[in-house]
Formats: sequence, C-alpha cells, structure tokens
Amino acid sequence: MTQFSYTVRDPLGLHARPAGQLVKLARGLSSRVEIGKADKTADARRLIALMELNVLQGETVTVSVEGTQEEADLQALRTFFQENL
Amino acid sequence: MTQIHGTSILPGFAVGKIRFYRREEHVFSRRGAGAGAERARLERAYAQTGERLGRLRQRALEAAGEEEAAILEIHQMLLEDEDFRDGVEELLRQGCLAEYAVQQAAERIARTFEEMDGYMRARAADIRDVAAGLVDVLRGTGGLELTEPSIVVAEDLAPSETVRLDRSLLLGFITRAGSPNGHAAILARGMGLPGLVQCGEISEEWDGKLAVIDGYNACVYVDPDPDLLERLKERREEETRRQARLRALKDKPSATLDGRTILVCANIGSPADVDAVLDSGAEGVGLFRSEFLYLNSTAAPTEEEQLAAYRRVLEALAPRKVVIRTCDLGADKRADYLELDREDNPALGCRGVRLCLTRRELFKTQLRALLRANLSGNLAVMFPMIVSRWELRACRELLAECRAELERAGVPAGEPEVGIMVETPAAALCADELAEECDFFSIGTNDLTQYICALDRQNAKLEPFFDPRHPAVLRAIQMAVEAGHRHGCRVGICGELGADPDLTETFLRMGVDELSVPPGSVLPLRKAVREIDLSR
Repeated sequence: MTQFSYTVRDPLGLHARPAGQLVKLARGLSSRVEIGKADKTADARRLIALMELNVLQGETVTVSVEGTQEEADLQALRTFFQENL
Repeated sequence: MTQIHGTSILPGFAVGKIRFYRREEHVFSRRGAGAGAERARLERAYAQTGERLGRLRQRALEAAGEEEAAILEIHQMLLEDEDFRDGVEELLRQGCLAEYAVQQAAERIARTFEEMDGYMRARAADIRDVAAGLVDVLRGTGGLELTEPSIVVAEDLAPSETVRLDRSLLLGFITRAGSPNGHAAILARGMGLPGLVQCGEISEEWDGKLAVIDGYNACVYVDPDPDLLERLKERREEETRRQARLRALKDKPSATLDGRTILVCANIGSPADVDAVLDSGAEGVGLFRSEFLYLNSTAAPTEEEQLAAYRRVLEALAPRKVVIRTCDLGADKRADYLELDREDNPALGCRGVRLCLTRRELFKTQLRALLRANLSGNLAVMFPMIVSRWELRACRELLAECRAELERAGVPAGEPEVGIMVETPAAALCADELAEECDFFSIGTNDLTQYICALDRQNAKLEPFFDPRHPAVLRAIQMAVEAGHRHGCRVGICGELGADPDLTETFLRMGVDELSVPPGSVLPLRKAVREIDLSR
C-alpha cells in the first residue's frame, strides 16, 4: 500500500461535484482507493460515503492506494486532488 | 393584498398567476409483498429512474445548463451508490415494501447530511429528491406540469422538479424553505428568473391568484392592489425607457459636461465576446485576457492558433484599440501541459510575466503571434504582474527579438504600443520608473487590493474585509495616474472598481484617461461620465 496526504483548498471542501469526479476516477483505477479523515475512512468509489466524511477547506485527508499499479494510480489521484481540490 | 418577505435570488419583477405545487407526500405501510417481489419492482424502478435522469441530464446539456447537468449527474451517482442500495436491500430483506425501503434508506442518509454545516446540509435535499423520483416511478405518479404562464409556489423545489418544468411557462418561483445557495435558486438565476426563497408563510389558497414578485425588495404581493400594479407598470416602463436612453448613448462620446473626454472600453476573455463589444458601444477593448487560449486546451496553443484568435478580434473591432494582455497563468490558473508546480501561495507565485520570463519559448510564441496580428487592426500589448523595471525591459527585449526574427523571415510586424498592468504595490510605488519605459498603464483593482491590503481574494471568508475602495488602494491609483502622466503614459482602470458609478467622478478628478469594464457596464458608465461636471 502507498499513500499521500492532501490539504483541501477548495472553499467548499470535498463537495458533491469533485466528489463525483473522484468516484468516476476511482472506478476507472485498478487499485483500491480509500480516503481517510481523522479516524474515518471512505471507499473512493462510494459517493455518499465520501460526502459523509464532510471534508472542509483546510482539512487534510489521507489517500491510500492498494493494488498492482499503485504508483501510476497514486500519481493520477495526486494530480486530480491538486487540480480540483 | 398580502405582502410576504423572503430572500431574493435575483433583482427583477415577475407578474403572473400562482400555481401552487404540493409534492405528493406518500406514507407507506412497512410491509411489502415479500423480498423477491419487491426486489424485482425495485430493479425496474432503478433502471427507469436512471434512464429518466439520463434524459434530464441530456436536456440540461442541450440547454447549455452545464451546472444543471452536473447536479443531475450527481443524482445519477447517488442513485447508483452502493451504500444507498445496501441500505435499501437491508430493509427489503426484512420484508419491507420497496417504496418504504427507499424512503427510509434515503432519510437515514439525509439526516447525516443535515447534521453537517452549510454546503453539505443542503445535500440532504439531493438524496431525498432521488428517493422521491424512485417513488414516483414505483407509484407511477408524476411531478409538476405547467399549462399556462405561472409563478410556482411550493414548500421547496427539488432540482429534478425544476428541470422538468416547461421554462417557456415559468415566470418565477416562491418557496417557503430553500436556500439562496440551493439548486433551485442556482438554476433560476441561470435562467434569469426572479425568485424568493425562505418566504416563511405560503398558502395553498394562493393557487390561481395573481401575484407580483419584487426581487428588488425581496417580497411578493398576492392579490396585488390595482395601484400597486399601476406603479409596477410604471416602474417597468421606466426600466424600458432607461434602457432606451442608454442605447441612445451608444455612438456618443464619453465626455463630461465640461468637455473632458475619456474612453470607455470593454473587458473580454475570448473572441466570442466581440459581438457583445460591438453591441455595447465600447470605444475599444481595454483588456483582452489571453488565458482562454491556454486553459481550454490540452497542449500549448500554437502561433497560428493564437494568430487566428487575435486577428479575429482586431479585424472585427478595427479601428478601435484592442489591448491584449499576455498570458497571466500561474498555479491558480493552470493547464496540465504546463506542468506547473503546486504552490501554497499562487497569488505570490510564479505567475504572469514571472512565468513568461521563465518559459521564454512559450512567451515568444505568443509575442510572435501578437506581432503578426498587429497589422490586422489597432493592437496594444500589455504585460501582467510587473513589479520591476528590469522585467518590463526583459519583456520589451523579447518583443524586439521576435520582431527581428520575423523581419529576417520577411514577415511584416510593426510596432504595437506596449503597456503594463499596475496591480502590485511595487508597480504603484515605482510608477515613475515604469512609466519611462512604456506607453500606458492599466490598473487592475482586484489584484491591487489583494496585494495592498494583504488579503487573499480567493478566500470567501475574507469577503467582509475585501474593500477595493480602501483609501490605500485609491491613493495607489492616484500615484499611478500622476506618475504616468509625468512621463506621457496614458492611464486606465480595467478592474471591477472601474465600473462603480460612485467612483467615476473620483477617477475623472484623478485624471484617469480610460475605464475598461464588462460590456454590459459600458453604457451605464458612459451615462455617468456624461452627467459629471468637473468644473464645479
């Protein structure tokens, strides 16, 4: 497993639209992707679970990637977070 | 006549008959026809609801309602969400009716959202809307259909209800609940419809009655008095006359009563805005942001692509002057192919000419395109984010280098005027030195305010502190105007502040030569200029 941390800059936090885009991205990856905030985690392919994390601007999430193409998938996720959140 | 106050989502009037809409509130018994039978009904309902959302989304896309389409896409994802479906399945296994299971599972999720703050709390409406759609399909019931032009009054309007409405018949809407940031409000604003949310008291007895929405005063009149209607008619006619008076200024000079003439120009962001400029009566373009070429693209725009875009604007607007600002890209305005580093503080980062002077080939491609376009019309080139004289010199040297290269290749170029954005405290404080090296200044008031007041304009929480009329900002503008004039530089304002009619006289007294504003603000501003007498 590999992971990175990211602090959300979007004023609305991880809101519905980027959360939806993240779900689409995660569904297209071969790795299992989990988003963690404090002691909670959510499967990145589940929109409601992501929204229930209630990630606000300035909060840090941990993105964990597990699979056979971890490095490439992690890079795709990192780019996604940097560009959208 | 009844008058009710609410929160207005748009300044404007609507007059029409009320159509009261009550969402069918279903209360279902818990017990279903057995897990197998209910599951089969539900599978069909999932499929049909998914298709319906797909159709609505397609319709929204065709009506260019991108925001609307995005909301409906979220609804599709909520419908397919595994946690939602697991919740429903759990209830089916306990022998519940499909409708009951859908409602309960959605309600549980909605309550979690409601415990959160602000934005997420409003998402409770989305999951409830998805569930209501499923129940409609399971029950074979429909939503709201309009048969005549109407003002819709409802407890709240869900996005799927708003999008299904026949827009040619919708005059405005009033909701008891809702929020100015809710989907219904966003959609209505996009359609330019007046609406009131958070109205407190609405009544089913209003159905069929005449109503007036006054979006300026955030209230609705039900059964309006004849004199109110008469006054309203006058106000609307007044509005029409006001527009007509403004149109009459289209070809008039922007001159004060005592004869001082300035230029009122338009700000644009792409060649598609040319018609709006022509229609606005603007005396030129004071700011053409060239970023659109870079941001709507998967690779850096070629010299030919840029040339075509610049030419289109210059030719269409000749002989008016068009100021094209070289690309102001940075970590907050990024394109993948640029591979920019993420920055913690993009406003103070590698942006504007800092990026251009770092990536000289990218910059030179744009400068060559600009020089080649120069002969198609009246071009001026402007550099953003200049803080030092050497940066301006470096930009001019690259421009000269490009001109020499073109001339060697036998391509005529000419010499466009060169100016800079004054948008940093450094540029305002060193305006004398900078004015010696260029033909014009254009003051960008938003960035100038952000940098002078040390206040991040991207941070919504700081909005109460963001004051572009801060005396420090106005003094910096004054300094730039005076320094510019000492060295024969024209000075304009292209930031949002330029469109503020309360400051027009102040700017004219400072000696500003040009105001550049969104096309829609050109005529109101010209009117303001023509009513000022500087001799008094």
